[in-house]
Amino acid sequence: MGILEVQNVNKRFGGLQALNNVNLSVREGSVHAIIGPNGAGKSTLLNCFVGRLMPDTGSVMFNGQSLLGLKPHQINQAGVSRVFQTPEIFADLSLWENVMIASFARRDGAYRLNAFGRVKADGEIRDHAERNLSDVGLASKRNMIASALSRGDKRRLELAMCLAQDPKLLLLDEPTAGMSRADTNNTIDLLKRIGESRGITKVVIEHDMHVVFSLADRITVMAQGTPIVEDAPENIKGNPKVQEAYLGGAHA
Amino acid sequence: MLEKLRNNDTAIMLAFTAMVLLGPIILAPFGAGYPDLLQRFAIFGIFAVGFNILFGLTGYLSFGHAAFLGIGSYMAVWSFKLLSMSVIPAIILAVLLSGLFALVIGYVSLRRSGIYFSILTLAFAQMCYNLAYSVLTPITNGETGLKVLSSDPRILDGASEGLPLPSVLGLRMIDTWRGSFLGMDVQFNVGFYFCAVILIIAFYISLRIFRSPFGLMLRAIRTNQARLNYTGINTRPYALTAFVISGMYAGLAGGLMACTDPLAGAERMQWTASGEVVLMTILGGVGTLIGPVLGAGFIKYFENIFSKINDNVLSGFLDFLPETLREGVVWVMGAFVGEGWHLTLGLLFMIIVIFLPGGLVEGFNRIIAWFSRPKGGDKATARVPAE
Repeated sequence: MGILEVQNVNKRFGGLQALNNVNLSVREGSVHAIIGPNGAGKSTLLNCFVGRLMPDTGSVMFNGQSLLGLKPHQINQAGVSRVFQTPEIFADLSLWENVMIASFARRDGAYRLNAFGRVKADGEIRDHAERNLSDVGLASKRNMIASALSRGDKRRLELAMCLAQDPKLLLLDEPTAGMSRADTNNTIDLLKRIGESRGITKVVIEHDMHVVFSLADRITVMAQGTPIVEDAPENIKGNPKVQEAYLGGAHA
Repeated sequence: MLEKLRNNDTAIMLAFTAMVLLGPIILAPFGAGYPDLLQRFAIFGIFAVGFNILFGLTGYLSFGHAAFLGIGSYMAVWSFKLLSMSVIPAIILAVLLSGLFALVIGYVSLRRSGIYFSILTLAFAQMCYNLAYSVLTPITNGETGLKVLSSDPRILDGASEGLPLPSVLGLRMIDTWRGSFLGMDVQFNVGFYFCAVILIIAFYISLRIFRSPFGLMLRAIRTNQARLNYTGINTRPYALTAFVISGMYAGLAGGLMACTDPLAGAERMQWTASGEVVLMTILGGVGTLIGPVLGAGFIKYFENIFSKINDNVLSGFLDFLPETLREGVVWVMGAFVGEGWHLTLGLLFMIIVIFLPGGLVEGFNRIIAWFSRPKGGDKATARVPAE
């Protein structure tokens, strides 16, 4: 029984069957990569996990609790954090404030009216945010406004915000898209290091095979809304079904 | 770092308090040192400070805040009629009732964001305005407006002799001491000082909200509401709390209007009044602490000055011009003053929005930066008044 159990999930957009009977089981503490050609339904599936989309049928169970019908903030409070394909950060605020918001959400829950406390006088939150900024290597830039960061740094900031919440499950949607090779390798190291020290389960969507094979313990290949293969990384490369999905049915 | 910041806030509060309390003296040379105008500065300052908590922090642009202003006024006058001529119960009830209305209106309006939110609030305010004129006439006294009468019950005061006047701790709001300062006539008015003390408290609360975790969440709503939801924060109750607080500020301002002049009319709820507070906030500087107060003072001052200038005054100014030319100039300038002062306001607003999107506060910041650049340094002290 995995920490995330997806059963018979279907999602249709008009005439397009985006997800077709998806079954997926993610083992606790593992790094599970989902790969597949464009339009395979990877991001759609992730959207069903965080409350952005509601599947037409099926169930999504996290830690024994159904995620379907929950609001995004409830799913997050249950322990699921997500890094988006394009970095979603608070662009007008400083890096510190960005991470402090996540720290407050972790400590104070979905709503707590604290109109007379002082953000900067809250040592616990400050230290916690500081620690998480250091973890991703952004501590020296903490007073910068987030919109001034490079794309790679924005992603690392978003990762710091997600990590500050101590999630049980971290969803990463193409965490290295648009990064240079050096930045990509830094991110891989960062994710590996955090994976070891905190034991967070991760689901990664990625196109870059270098990233996938460096990180994943388990790989699911999707094509046309359906998982076609699930296996360990070393068995995936030679699988004829996978080659067919990527090369588009060579025997046709 | 921490200590410096706290000192900074203390400096802001001290400077603000001094400016407000010395208002009658500071503004006397500008022809604005009389009670009626000073009271309006303070009251609209409170209105704008509260509006800024919603608009400046969360980015939700309400076009219906005048409804809460009107509700506060009616409630205060009813308190004068039924309870007591003391202003204390009047403003407390005004704040509570407007808060209740804000809760209901905000709960419905905040289901949408952006332009749809603005339209919903506008619709609610116009509904209040039209109800006050029609079916609610028994409560609002329709077009005539709600007035205090000597025959009202006033269960706490008992029957009063003569025309009753609002008062606080035995001092009537209209009481004024006249004095002389450096040869100027200065007037210290009870009504103004009552409003001034409340303005200072209101400003302090706004300062604390700006610095609090709650204020941080509100700024995060403006910046990226979706991310905030995916970060485990339920954004709607935060936005609703901000809406209710700003509605209560508006109700407080409305109550104070009735305290300084005990009557209430539906025109206070009209959409033009809602638009005015938007102008004040933008003109002064959206999302800045002091901006809304500056904007409110700026608009009320120019409204007063420009609307009092008529063609005769203009002719007096332009006495040096030959008569034919003078008539032409008076005719052109006449369109911008007196009844037409809104034209001047409109032009000023356009100039500020185009050249100074951060409002008057940005203007001051630029002037300070411009002056401090050649000398270098001293930026920390220069920034205090601008914040």
